[in-house]
Amino acid sequence: MTDLTGVYVPGDSPLHRLPAGAKLLGLLLACTALVLLGSPVALGVAAVVVALLYVVSGVGAAAAWAQLRPLRWFAAALFALQFLIAGPATAIAVTLRVVLAVALAGLVTLTTRSSVMMASLERFLSPLRHVGVDPFRLSLLLSLTLRSVPVVAALAARVREAQKARGVERSLRAFAVPLVVGVLRHADALGEALSARGLDD
Amino acid sequence: MIEFAGVHVRLGRRDVLRGVTARLTERRIGVVGANGSGKSTLARLINGLALPTSGTVTVRGMDTRRHAAKIRREVGFVFTDPDAQIVMPTVAEDVAFSLRRRGVPKDEVDRRVHEVLTRYGLADHADQPAHHLSGGEKQLLALCAVLVLEPAVLVMDEPTTLLDLRHSRMITGILRELPQQVVVVTHDLPLLADFDRVLVLDGGTIVADADPATAIDHYRNLLS
Repeated sequence: MTDLTGVYVPGDSPLHRLPAGAKLLGLLLACTALVLLGSPVALGVAAVVVALLYVVSGVGAAAAWAQLRPLRWFAAALFALQFLIAGPATAIAVTLRVVLAVALAGLVTLTTRSSVMMASLERFLSPLRHVGVDPFRLSLLLSLTLRSVPVVAALAARVREAQKARGVERSLRAFAVPLVVGVLRHADALGEALSARGLDD
Repeated sequence: MIEFAGVHVRLGRRDVLRGVTARLTERRIGVVGANGSGKSTLARLINGLALPTSGTVTVRGMDTRRHAAKIRREVGFVFTDPDAQIVMPTVAEDVAFSLRRRGVPKDEVDRRVHEVLTRYGLADHADQPAHHLSGGEKQLLALCAVLVLEPAVLVMDEPTTLLDLRHSRMITGILRELPQQVVVVTHDLPLLADFDRVLVLDGGTIVADADPATAIDHYRNLLS
């Protein structure tokens, strides 16, 4: 199953050891720099830097590819559209920006435990306590989002299999209805499980 | 001790439980019944996930209606589908989740997580994504996430329904060893063989309340 952005790969690289807050700040700065970089050559250099960061992290090629694989069709469509509208240089620049930003975000999640990310986010959001916002709940939202990706993907795969078994694989409704019902059921059960684990204390 | 006193639960137009009265003091208690008999609702009443429409449910002297938060600290709950219960991406993080929420210091969290994962054979999977585990391992993880909190009472709603024989036997063995009071709702009748007491539900009422052999006989006759 695809590990779409967000499964920690254990390791002891400098990137693993870097505090989560520093990585998130670095991600923010890097994404801003990607937007400011105009030429395909500069973005090519940025791509080499990102590739080197992956090498330093030691997460492996499979984990790296898993971050970008879900993006491949979107990136191809974006490149084609930009190529037609604005020419090859812009198409390369725009597509590289998106791909590199996703790769960097993936690298942060691959080298940071989600509990550490949650703790860091909680610290960052702690001033919001004064206006009645619970930082724990906000950071939990992040974790639940990461956790729900494989659950929904598995559900979609089961629905696809059931469609094939019934010979209705071309029907959008036969795919969407059980998927939505399944996701809602999962959300309901998850809410109950969170209550059982004391989240509504 | 868990006590149901004249408990009635109505969901929409349906009476799910009708006048259930029972005092559960034994260490291991099984609940069986056909689908729709009200057994899962009975289990949910114990830690306040469901509340009675009338009557009272008390756990260790506390009314579930008034002390739901306190009761959830004392009563652990394991659901049928572990996927719905696992809330964090990796195995160790999921077990640590509830401890963190309770403000347990980080060193103690790490120690207790390692201890419980080792005890139930999941230590090698600590840093793995939870969704990479098999169904049986996920159910063990769900159990670890509850047991790490050392609840006084453990309630399990059909814990072996999705498991193969090996994992089902593993859960049976674990239940035998647990010091807690355990209430298990199940269709897996062999699981209850050495339990202290078994309740049989039918149509929202307790129709048999006896030792496993007698209660299961009654249940089989009911369904035949």
